[in-house]
Amino acid sequence: MTERVDHRVRDDRSQLDPAVLAGAESFARSWATAVIGSSYVPMTRAEVAQHLQELTELLVEALYATPFRTAPGYEIGARLVDAHFTGTDTLGRTIQLIGDDLLVELNAENDDRLRSRLAALQGALSAGYARALRERTLAEQEAIRAAVLDARDQAEAALRASEARFRAMFTEAAIGIGIADIEGRILDVNQALQDMLGFSVEEMRQYNVRDLMHPEDAGSVWRLYDQLIAGECDHYRAEKRFHRADGEQVWTHLTLSLVRDDHGEPQYQVAMIEDVTDRHLLQNRLRYQALHDPLTGLPNRALFLERLGRVFNNRGKKRRAGLCYLDLDGFKVINDSLGHDIGDQLLVEVGRRLDHSVSGEGKLVARMGGDEFVILVEGSSGTGDIVDVADRVLREMEAPIRIGGHELSVSASIGIVERPLAGTTAADLMRDADITLYWAKADGKSRWALYDPERNAREVARFTLSATMPRALERDEFYVEYQPLVRLEDSTVVGVEALVRWQHPEFGRLAPDRFIELAEETGLIVPLGRWVLRKACEEARRWLVEFGDAAPFVSVNLAVRQSRDPELVRDVKRILDECALPPHHLQLELTESAIMGTADEPLESLRALSDMGIRIAIDDFGTGYSNLAYLKHLPVHELKIAGSFMEGLRAAEEEDPVDSQIVATLVQLAHALQLGVTAEGVETPAQAKRLHRIGCDTGQGWFFARPGPPEDIDSLLRGDL
Amino acid sequence: MERPNWAPGDIDLERPSVARVYDYWLGGAHNFAADRAVAQRALDTMPDLRRVIVSHRAFLRRAVRFLLEQGVRQFLDLGSGIPTVGNVHEIAQDGDPDSKVVYVDIDPVAVAHSRSLLLGNDRVSVLQADVRDGAYVMKSPEVTDLFDLERPVGVLMIALLHFVPDSDDPLGILATYLDALPSGSYLAISHAGYEEGEDGEGWTATRNMYDRNVTPMTYRNREQFTRLFAGLELVDPGVVRLPLWRPESLEDVDDTGAPFPVFGAVGRKA
Repeated sequence: MTERVDHRVRDDRSQLDPAVLAGAESFARSWATAVIGSSYVPMTRAEVAQHLQELTELLVEALYATPFRTAPGYEIGARLVDAHFTGTDTLGRTIQLIGDDLLVELNAENDDRLRSRLAALQGALSAGYARALRERTLAEQEAIRAAVLDARDQAEAALRASEARFRAMFTEAAIGIGIADIEGRILDVNQALQDMLGFSVEEMRQYNVRDLMHPEDAGSVWRLYDQLIAGECDHYRAEKRFHRADGEQVWTHLTLSLVRDDHGEPQYQVAMIEDVTDRHLLQNRLRYQALHDPLTGLPNRALFLERLGRVFNNRGKKRRAGLCYLDLDGFKVINDSLGHDIGDQLLVEVGRRLDHSVSGEGKLVARMGGDEFVILVEGSSGTGDIVDVADRVLREMEAPIRIGGHELSVSASIGIVERPLAGTTAADLMRDADITLYWAKADGKSRWALYDPERNAREVARFTLSATMPRALERDEFYVEYQPLVRLEDSTVVGVEALVRWQHPEFGRLAPDRFIELAEETGLIVPLGRWVLRKACEEARRWLVEFGDAAPFVSVNLAVRQSRDPELVRDVKRILDECALPPHHLQLELTESAIMGTADEPLESLRALSDMGIRIAIDDFGTGYSNLAYLKHLPVHELKIAGSFMEGLRAAEEEDPVDSQIVATLVQLAHALQLGVTAEGVETPAQAKRLHRIGCDTGQGWFFARPGPPEDIDSLLRGDL
Repeated sequence: MERPNWAPGDIDLERPSVARVYDYWLGGAHNFAADRAVAQRALDTMPDLRRVIVSHRAFLRRAVRFLLEQGVRQFLDLGSGIPTVGNVHEIAQDGDPDSKVVYVDIDPVAVAHSRSLLLGNDRVSVLQADVRDGAYVMKSPEVTDLFDLERPVGVLMIALLHFVPDSDDPLGILATYLDALPSGSYLAISHAGYEEGEDGEGWTATRNMYDRNVTPMTYRNREQFTRLFAGLELVDPGVVRLPLWRPESLEDVDDTGAPFPVFGAVGRKA
């Protein structure tokens, strides 16, 4: 754009005479018409005409000039080029037009001098045009080549900048980047990856990608790798471990991408590798914390259950497993008396000993909470394996534990379950071990107990009974039978013992030995006993009304718990009142232990009952450890000698002199204390006769009558039998 | 990854460049053998081509002078090519030396040449960009530093849009530019095209040769061309064959009687 064109109008044009000037103007018009369109010039047609007018005037002046010079010819040629009349047709047309028309326009076509001069000027114009065009062309060529060089420089600079940026991105990236060819040869790795793996670029280049395989790699990592190399996928992500140069391991997130060439064929692979070791270790630590007991460092309940679940998931047909459920004996006492700190230290030591005594493949010691531990033995071959473990644990506990100046002796109770996995569940195993632990405790602690399905069944039945008992009372499933107490002297029925029975809808008729103890445990004995008492008193009242003086008293058993019930006296009194039964028609039977082993309070109750006129009998006398000296201070009226002593009195030829002597002595003792004596379990006439001879007052047993419904007693009293 | 707008293209002198081919047709020597070979082949198949090319250039001159008369002093020459002769800043600054011009072309050589010529002219800047990316152009410092975008701008698309196929959304491209400019701005377009039945054998041959060897072209008929000015007021004489747009003299108008294969028009943003 240097080519400024001067198309200002010259003002020195009046040197020519008007005729010549007119000819020149006419020529210029022809010239413009001839050349317009032969070149692009940035001028209007009028401007072109004006420009050529000037050149024509220059030419005409040169033609007539003295001295004649050809220089203006050169100038005209150059000025044509300057005005961008660069189309070569312009020159041809110009030269032709000058030759053909100029002298004609000037009315000088026959002037040889001018013709010669014109030829010289034409030559000069052509030469000047050629020279200017050549210079212009060379200048433009030079300019465009310079522009190419500039553009290339800029392109290269931009490319260098771009490459530098990418290089910097690669080098400075915080994420590890590696590039390998499709055969897996490592071509380049950035600083982050070198730092991550501890190898230099040169060392890495010695490796193939496959050399970075880690034994712990998931199979999918290399399967995907093969697919990627084959061009079947373009990228994938994976968790992958690498070996560091120093032998340590790095956990990473790997993203591998395939780079294809222009034809879409796999060319390179680019790996982006992020070091997630810290996160991984943190995860591990969190997982460890979640699955371990912070106090003992042992696996916790969650881990144990997870492991147990896995055992059941992988169960083979014949696989077995065992559990030891362990609980320290008396830990609560230690905790309460010595403090939790000592308790905790004790647990730590116990945990250590357990871990020490139970080690090896397939065994797991876990703390379930509190002082409960559990040992899982996978793949046991039989109960013996687990018993060995339990024995070892118990032995391990024998040595006292020294904590903070205390020498603590601890023992443990262990419930053992061992069985084939088939047909059982983790929950079954846990529950049974827990139950068995309870047995070991109940059996006296510091021992193991082995799970026993029959015992369990019994316990379950017991549990079922105790659970259904309250409802049974409401539904009148209980009933009372009566067994006569017969005066030996004249075989008169003086009393009846009330015996409770349970008509269980599922188990049938149940004797008291099946449920009284349970009722004692659950406390239901109190309402049950009260119910029996009322039932018996109602019968006694009926007999009194019906038989008058011949009516028997009722003897009702009082369980230990009842005897300690503070409401006892009030309950008895109310029932007697409600039944309108005179107190001497009621006898309460208590066991030796219920009377002897009691503190003052129940004794007060007994005394009150006795004062009311109720008879108190000691049941099963002779089987406990009675304090005979104490006996005389007790409000007791009757001793019932246990049936076991009757064995030796069965027949003359079988008489056991010891039993006989004991019974005789007891009778003497009772009489000395002014107590009546009832012999239980009288089964034969010989026994009855012998007891009478010994001086026993009353007899009870199958010889006289089995327990039966109250109607049986009615019959007896009427003398129907 | 797509090449960003700033990234240089290949500079391959064996491949003809539109800018250099035009230069040759206009009588310039800013070209190479490959450019001349193609340019000459086109001239051989269509001897009238040079007149067509020159008419674009003449339209440019007339359009710029017209816009100067309308008070426009800022010119955005899109697809400016090789600065041969009669360039926009010469025309504009001849009318008013304070006129400002931004040249935009994608050809790195054309841009480099323009820059070297314009070194020291602080009222002209040159941007290498793909003119289809109007947003990039309008936000470039070459435009924002030089122009006052509160004042009208003359957007010049001379012999340009026939290189932009419909798939590149020429209307969208135009809108991007015009939306960034104040009312009173102008758009001048010259565009190869013809009406149905006008494309003779010579033209078809030339077009095919050109499409194959230089760059494919999209010819638009009058209606399609007119649509490019959607939303603008067309100034007199509206859409016409290029030589008929405000000719400077009667002699300038073609006298062959053949329909001229280029449309031209100038529109004003209201």
